[in-house]
Amino acid sequence: MTAHAAIAAGEQLEATDLAVDGVHCAACIAKIENGLGAIPGISAARVNLSTRRLHVVHAPTLGMVELVRAVEGLGFQAHPFVATTDGANDAERRRLLLALAVAGFAAMNIMLLSVSIWSGADEATRALFHWLSALIALPTVAFAGRPFFSGAWAALRHGRTNMDVPISIGVVLTTLMSLYETATGGAHAYFDGAVMLLFFLLAGRFLDSAMRARARDSIVALLRNVPAEALVIEPNGRSTRRPAAELVAGLLVLVAAGERIPADGVVETGASDVDRSLVTGESAPDPVTAGEEVLAGTINLAAPLAIRVTRAGDDTAIADIARLMESAHQVKSRYVRIADRASRLYAPAVHTLAALSFLGWLLAGAGFHQAAMIGVAVLIITCPCALGLAVPIAHVVSSGALMRQGMLVKDGSAIERLARVDTVLLDKTGTTTLGRLVPAEGMPDDAATSSILFTLACGSTHPMSRAIAAAAQRQGGVALPSAYLTEQPGLGLEGEIAGVRCRLGRPDWTGVGDGVAAERTAIGYCIGDRPACVITLRDEPRPDAVEAIAHLSRQGLRVEMLSGDTAVAVADMAASLGVAAQARMSPADKYRYLEELQADGHKVLMVGDGLNDGPALKAADVAMAPGTASDVGALAADVVFLGDRLMPVPLAIAAARRTMAVVRQNFALAIGYNAIAVPLAIMGEVTPLIAAAAMSGSSLLVVANALRLRRAVR
Amino acid sequence: MNGVLVLIPIALGLGLAGLAAFFWAVRDGQFEDLDGASMRILIEDDRDG
Repeated sequence: MTAHAAIAAGEQLEATDLAVDGVHCAACIAKIENGLGAIPGISAARVNLSTRRLHVVHAPTLGMVELVRAVEGLGFQAHPFVATTDGANDAERRRLLLALAVAGFAAMNIMLLSVSIWSGADEATRALFHWLSALIALPTVAFAGRPFFSGAWAALRHGRTNMDVPISIGVVLTTLMSLYETATGGAHAYFDGAVMLLFFLLAGRFLDSAMRARARDSIVALLRNVPAEALVIEPNGRSTRRPAAELVAGLLVLVAAGERIPADGVVETGASDVDRSLVTGESAPDPVTAGEEVLAGTINLAAPLAIRVTRAGDDTAIADIARLMESAHQVKSRYVRIADRASRLYAPAVHTLAALSFLGWLLAGAGFHQAAMIGVAVLIITCPCALGLAVPIAHVVSSGALMRQGMLVKDGSAIERLARVDTVLLDKTGTTTLGRLVPAEGMPDDAATSSILFTLACGSTHPMSRAIAAAAQRQGGVALPSAYLTEQPGLGLEGEIAGVRCRLGRPDWTGVGDGVAAERTAIGYCIGDRPACVITLRDEPRPDAVEAIAHLSRQGLRVEMLSGDTAVAVADMAASLGVAAQARMSPADKYRYLEELQADGHKVLMVGDGLNDGPALKAADVAMAPGTASDVGALAADVVFLGDRLMPVPLAIAAARRTMAVVRQNFALAIGYNAIAVPLAIMGEVTPLIAAAAMSGSSLLVVANALRLRRAVR
Repeated sequence: MNGVLVLIPIALGLGLAGLAAFFWAVRDGQFEDLDGASMRILIEDDRDG
């Protein structure tokens, strides 16, 4: 940490939010907060353990890079935070919480007064209690009812109707009618019913929004928003760090091993391997030398490369994918949630019913006042209390169950869409596979050779060396003393181990001339005078991929694999998993294929991780991504699953189907309740006591039914 | 009846006080980090004293 001047008096401070990993306990919180607080220039640091975020107030002289380094100095990983629409959602959740508190307070107090009325309070006391109830209920309805009123207004203005419309009409009419009753000294006021209804419905909404916020926070914590910078080499030989957005064609940039290439370009000097898996879906590292093209977003693996920028910013291949994603037409956003579909039938039905009861009683000779009372009683009884809770509660409970199993669901509509899926498209690299290479054939099985390979392979961080080192260690390899060990950029490793010269690297460099299929990923080794051998590597499928795909087929789903990788690599994988597959698919090809399926009426689940899957993930009916996905993949997906297994995909679909079964049961319960209560209301038999009992009884019933989903994931 | 006239305002007042306290707690951000709050109690912050 470079020394910074302490904060000067009156200096304007800045606030920065970072996402931090690895914070679990009180000691971690104390370590970060005290450690950062001791750094000059930082005036306050506060960890939020629920959201894994760190809020730092600091002098403007400290930048993002210094802050990240300071946190890393304390032994934690930090990364800049990807701004999402957090602010609006947090504010909405807070408003719902306050509305819920007000409605809860009012419901309890009005119920207290109502109980005294039901137990037989006399004329003057009843009038007093009605007025007190009105005094509490009117401000409550105005404050706590706002989320529903604004939702209903927004829908009506666009000529649509949703669940908020019958709720708003019911609550407002009930309140007005009760006020009239109170003013005229009537016997029945339904303030308790109106406020209790708001309380139950707000509880459902609040839980729904809290669940979404939790999933979103967990996903944001996975995102790695690497500050896009590039080391530019000026013509005079000096080098400067500049933001990637400032790059233009013609500049020379230096990309160190392990860094992301900032722009499309041509290699000027250097030889290395690049990892293109996130951009094109190719699993094997691709060797590049001077004169060859490299793509922005790919990772330079082995040795530094000097790259002459040919296209930067909006002209790169990545930007093309981004544009395709923006234009991808979204089936998701057009999806109408089941509750709103139900209310399209429900709202007109109950409103007609209430109007007919009113007219019927009027024609039957009842007075206007009595007919209006009965009409409003029908509205209260049919107010979709259970219906409004039936869906969000089921979603909240099953999302919680999924989250405990490492599946983060972004919102409730994702569960509904997941339950309707009939086709699953899987990406290969990083989705069906782990995106890491492992030796397939040719590993020596004797401990002596394994030890030599292990010693050699430990000399590099190249993915192939790591794979060899891990495999050799499993075969019993141990580190041997080496006289020297060097890494030849772009070629491999060379060393003298136990007195023998040996090499591990490109097949041709180690002396394995032919006999290696060009399209397979292979690495050669030679030890002393012994003939050189070759080891082929492949991207390992997730450990339970076969099982998971069989499970998907048993669920009656059509499974296909789409990959940007070579035909040979894809055919190998498809054969071992037993699925149909297509190779060499560009991002646009995947998107187009998916649209064709949708045009045929299929509901498609896209599972992918890379940038190249972005447009397809966005356009699919529902999308899943592994936790290791690129930012683009994780943001476009509806469900993000953590861990090495592929099983979460069928499990999530099964859980979604179970959830929708419970939602349908809840609808049936709500309709059954109406079938009993509505005739009573039409006959004029419903008193405020019956309305309150029916409303809370049916709500408890649907909540209890939804709680069965706690074990939905199995 | 006279008892009710005294007791009801008291009951409502107490309820409102609780509601006001809840509003204050939400505005104050006390519900922003529920996991952290349970951990912070274990931090020993007696270095100054």
